Amino acid sequence: MSLPKTYKTEAIVLKHINLGEADRILTLYTSSFGKVRAVAKGVRRITSRLGGHVEPLTHCSLMLNRGHQLDIVTQSQTIESFLPIRNDLWLTAQALYLVELTDAFTYEQVENYPVYKLLLDALNHLARIRPATPLLRYFELQLVGYIGYQPQLRECLNCQSPIEPAENFFSSSGGGILCPDCVSSEPVVRPVSVNALKVLRLLQRTDWATAGRLHLNPDLSKELERLMQGYIRYLLEREIKSTGFLDRLRREDIAGEFD
Amino acid sequence: MKPRFSSAAEPVSRLIDEFHKLPGIGPKSAARLTYHLLRMPEAEARSLAEAIIDVKQKIILCSGCQNLTDTDPCAICRSTERDRSAICVVEEPLDILALERTGQFAGLYHVLHGVISPMEGIGPDDLKIGELLARLKNGAVTEVILATNPNLEGEATAMYLQRLISPLGVKVTSLARGLPVGGDLEYADEVTLGRALEGRREV
Repeated sequence: MSLPKTYKTEAIVLKHINLGEADRILTLYTSSFGKVRAVAKGVRRITSRLGGHVEPLTHCSLMLNRGHQLDIVTQSQTIESFLPIRNDLWLTAQALYLVELTDAFTYEQVENYPVYKLLLDALNHLARIRPATPLLRYFELQLVGYIGYQPQLRECLNCQSPIEPAENFFSSSGGGILCPDCVSSEPVVRPVSVNALKVLRLLQRTDWATAGRLHLNPDLSKELERLMQGYIRYLLEREIKSTGFLDRLRREDIAGEFD
Repeated sequence: MKPRFSSAAEPVSRLIDEFHKLPGIGPKSAARLTYHLLRMPEAEARSLAEAIIDVKQKIILCSGCQNLTDTDPCAICRSTERDRSAICVVEEPLDILALERTGQFAGLYHVLHGVISPMEGIGPDDLKIGELLARLKNGAVTEVILATNPNLEGEATAMYLQRLISPLGVKVTSLARGLPVGGDLEYADEVTLGRALEGRREV
């Protein structure tokens, strides 16, 4: 193997776990190597030069040394620390949800630049656009698309005829919409309102700017959240843990005033 | 469980296996510790064994501050010299030792035993938050000092607590963020340096 011993990359820090006395293992989503786990030595010491530059939810420029099992972070410089997110509990919880999704849907050392760009754009928009909830739905739809699970929203999964504006049904196992005539072919489906389907179709092919201008009424917002989270739960075959904290904050009314 | 070091006598390999379970102890260190113990006078080995059993049997959580203690309430909560109007909230018992070493805080403590970590599924119910709120009920406490770690989880926990405690009419403060003694300005990250500027003081 003739890979150079050190390499540079930009990355978003997804999470960290403590290792030994003062070290941490970081999970990074890098621009050029996909998800990478690396050791940051001594970062828990209060005088560490790395410490503040490798906190979760930081976009940073890194230098790493290839190691036997895990690479080692030798230098890090913060590019953006997303202070507006960090200073707000509700936004922090939402950003952690995006980060957990990215972690759950990706494998280590598989390069996927669109996913990196998506997460970076998501954090940048989350830091300044209200309401934030449509951004989360946009992120989810785009992410599953990049990973290879783009739902089919225009033609019926079964009969392939165009979907009519009536109450249709979403099938997680089929990955798309079933028309009322075909719904009996699938045991587990979820009804989708006309408006929810419209929003999903829009989010599937639009950009951040449009997603950032969306205002959804609370019922529609809830319907979309349940639908997407149901689909994600089906794909991952597990719960996304940070949704528990989001639900909790919402119950305790700590959710941002704009959502 | 079948002992891993089957070439040694059974009691020896069993002790090696037990040491091996401890954090940071590999198979070699485990074997070295075991053979060291074998050469020790019996009284010393017994005293070590008793000390281990003692901490498991006698250490409980203080009903006030939730710190590890052998008496309930613990020495700090019982002390008549401490200021009962201020509670300093920390993540782990070890943080109390660090704060006590400064000798600059005379109030009481509260140990959360963890930190909110949404991605690990650790929420407010897994911490000693209910116990903290209960201590604030009688109105004797006028200030809560949040001393969680200055990282993402610690800050999130502090923000969460602040939203819960402020409505009770208790003053909520947090430890200052800034530059460490012995540090180097050049290597400070933007968040730390920014907060250090924000919290600058006249000299």
